[in-house]
Amino acid sequence: MSKQYETVIGLEVHVELATKTKIFCSCSTAFGGAPNTHTCPVCTGMPGSLPVLNKKVVEYAAAVGLATNCTITQNCKFDRKNYFYPDNPQNYQISQLYLPICRNGSVEIETEEGKKTIGIHEIHMEEDAGKLVHDEWEGVSLVDYNRSGVPLIEIVSEPDMRSAEEVIAYLEKLRMLIQYLGASDCKLQEGSMRADVNLSVREVGATEFGTRTEMKNLNSFKAIARAIEGERARQIDLIESGEKVVQETRRWDDTKEYSYAMRSKEDAQDYRYFPEPDLVPIVISDEWLDEIRAAQPEFRDEKKARYQKEYDLPEYDADIITGHKKLADLFEATTALCKKPKKVSNWLMGETMRLMKEQSVEPEDLKFSPGNLAKLIELADAGTINGNVAKEVFEKIFAEDIDPDQYVEEHGLKTVNDEGALRSTIEQVIRDNPQSVDDYHNGKEKAIGFLVGQTMKAMKGKANPAMVNQILKELL
Amino acid sequence: MANTISDETIEYVGILAKLELSDEEKENAKKDMESMLDYIDKLNELDTTGVEPMSHVFPVQNVFREDVVENGDGSSATLANAPESRDNAFVVPVTVEA
Ligand SMILES: [Zn+2]
Ligand SMILES: [Zn+2]
Repeated sequence: MSKQYETVIGLEVHVELATKTKIFCSCSTAFGGAPNTHTCPVCTGMPGSLPVLNKKVVEYAAAVGLATNCTITQNCKFDRKNYFYPDNPQNYQISQLYLPICRNGSVEIETEEGKKTIGIHEIHMEEDAGKLVHDEWEGVSLVDYNRSGVPLIEIVSEPDMRSAEEVIAYLEKLRMLIQYLGASDCKLQEGSMRADVNLSVREVGATEFGTRTEMKNLNSFKAIARAIEGERARQIDLIESGEKVVQETRRWDDTKEYSYAMRSKEDAQDYRYFPEPDLVPIVISDEWLDEIRAAQPEFRDEKKARYQKEYDLPEYDADIITGHKKLADLFEATTALCKKPKKVSNWLMGETMRLMKEQSVEPEDLKFSPGNLAKLIELADAGTINGNVAKEVFEKIFAEDIDPDQYVEEHGLKTVNDEGALRSTIEQVIRDNPQSVDDYHNGKEKAIGFLVGQTMKAMKGKANPAMVNQILKELL
Repeated sequence: MANTISDETIEYVGILAKLELSDEEKENAKKDMESMLDYIDKLNELDTTGVEPMSHVFPVQNVFREDVVENGDGSSATLANAPESRDNAFVVPVTVEA
């Protein structure tokens, strides 16, 4: 009989903080600059340069800690982690080992199996490394230090997860909390949120953990799920064939769906941490902590309750809209302008989500403005354009954030409310389609649909549908 | 001298620090490290019960910067000392694992 195995997973999640400047110098953190344009003696590790801590980094890190029920270390400091690699110009990374800023937290996740609490061991602040581009043809690597010194927090979970579903639920929860805080945009694809997966397997019922491996290079939820399945199978194979799992760092290759050991010539994982002498301790007073706490935004549960109470939204709507910070922001801003919460919610849950799905657009990448959606809602509500035209205009707003007033004007999309013009068009349609008219008189109710369609076509879609129906019935 | 540093230890420390030491340098480094450890042992004789561990030698805390960009394009200064550069980037021997 085959044995049953349980997967034990802990995560190390790195999140790039949304500061304007790096953690220890006033270089920009903006994306997309030419290589090494956002560098200075500090972030390139020049001898004699001195780091000065960005206050905002401490505030963001503490805010994430509070949102994840951590205890904030009010006396904390930095340490040096020593290693040699060209992406690290100082030959050490400034990080926190002994007194990380947050400890002993937790978040609640929900999967099909129900609710579960995932422990957070600690959150520490540290600096990012530079970027290497390998030119294997020439046998060289090109080094760009623009990302060197970009502030990160590393969120270390307890080994509390047992499946890919739980891992993804945990990551989605962290991402939502951090986005609500505005502490990061948490884009996996772009690397502003990165997850390393520590995984081991053990027989069901065992109390000791098995030997774990760490997997890197996971840049989508799908890759994470596949890597977990792949690594679990690899470890079970080893155990079943009497071999041992080796504790090592592995790199996931998502195209080959297999992880490879990352070998380095001197693989001593001995970072010789010691206190960072160039940075003085950080003391977070009770007052400062209170200020950070007071500045915490409204999180999902409170928002959801308020939407139902203040805007009279159904629970279903409130749940979906608050599922992403960007949708909630759009909802609130648009509602503030047009004062029609249910209509705004309908546009977000209906057309917006349909187009997002169709074009694989993530909520954080939505680029239309609340003002233009509000104008569109007004146009549709006033009967200036009909429903179909509104959908057509919305596609333009979704894609290019056009001004609907101007667009409708320029393209002559206004609904024709001129009864005389409409009446003569319908009279013509009736003359042209005697068969449908007969069908209608013989009790085929559906025939009227065809006549409405012909009228709309003749009016280039701009007729008021209610008026068309009314006049048609009258003339028939 | 109470502490002795083994050959293996000095070899290992050399690897971590990426230092190639001659036999003579190794012997000198051993002696230096041994006397440092002896000194630490001496310090450990002090009774420090009830004393808060010190986290920094200066009695200063909370030195911060505001989050404002002040540095402009630093690439020419950064690359001035590069032994080799290309496309505004440092060129180093390829680092990707085989
Ligand atoms: Zn810098
Ligand atoms: Zn880290």
